[in-house]
Amino acid sequence: MSDNPVFAQIEKELSENDVVLFMKGTSVFPQCGFSAAVVQVLGKLGVAFKGINILDDADLRQGIKDYANWPTIPQLYVKGEFVGGCDIVREMAESGELQTLLKDSGVAIQDAA
Amino acid sequence: MPMEAAIIEALIREALPDAVVGIQDLAGDGDHYAATVTSAAFAGKSKVQQHQLVYAALKGKMGGELHALALTTLIPTA
Repeated sequence: MSDNPVFAQIEKELSENDVVLFMKGTSVFPQCGFSAAVVQVLGKLGVAFKGINILDDADLRQGIKDYANWPTIPQLYVKGEFVGGCDIVREMAESGELQTLLKDSGVAIQDAA
Repeated sequence: MPMEAAIIEALIREALPDAVVGIQDLAGDGDHYAATVTSAAFAGKSKVQQHQLVYAALKGKMGGELHALALTTLIPTA
């Protein structure tokens, strides 16, 4: 599984950052509605995250899909664990599960709700 | 490339025979769908695992031919 050199790059990012979002575009200028939706959820919660634009790197774009066995972007990771894509993140934010997960992972959030 | 809702439903049913599948064509362009899939196969699985089952049923079409499928997975209430 770790034959893919991109996986080492992904694991490095995940080990250095508590919250990582692999996305299309940047957090300031998302280039896909689904990526924008996740940025918005994280913004609402006041969560600091590292956004990685997979459009800049074709190997990473495919590599991250293989890494998580997940066919689409965006992909949210907390403490190295894959949390989900847009649908799951939105669902979890609505139910409060995401807030709980972040708190339990020691990630600071400003829950305005 | 557009894909018909009926094909999406058939692929999901093939992998999850008990599934109740509801599909909405969001933009009317055969490219942006929302699907609700209810199956007992999801019991005891995380959301990520539930969605992975559906993506596996779509045999690699998700993210390729099928650009956008907003997915909701549910477990039937007995």
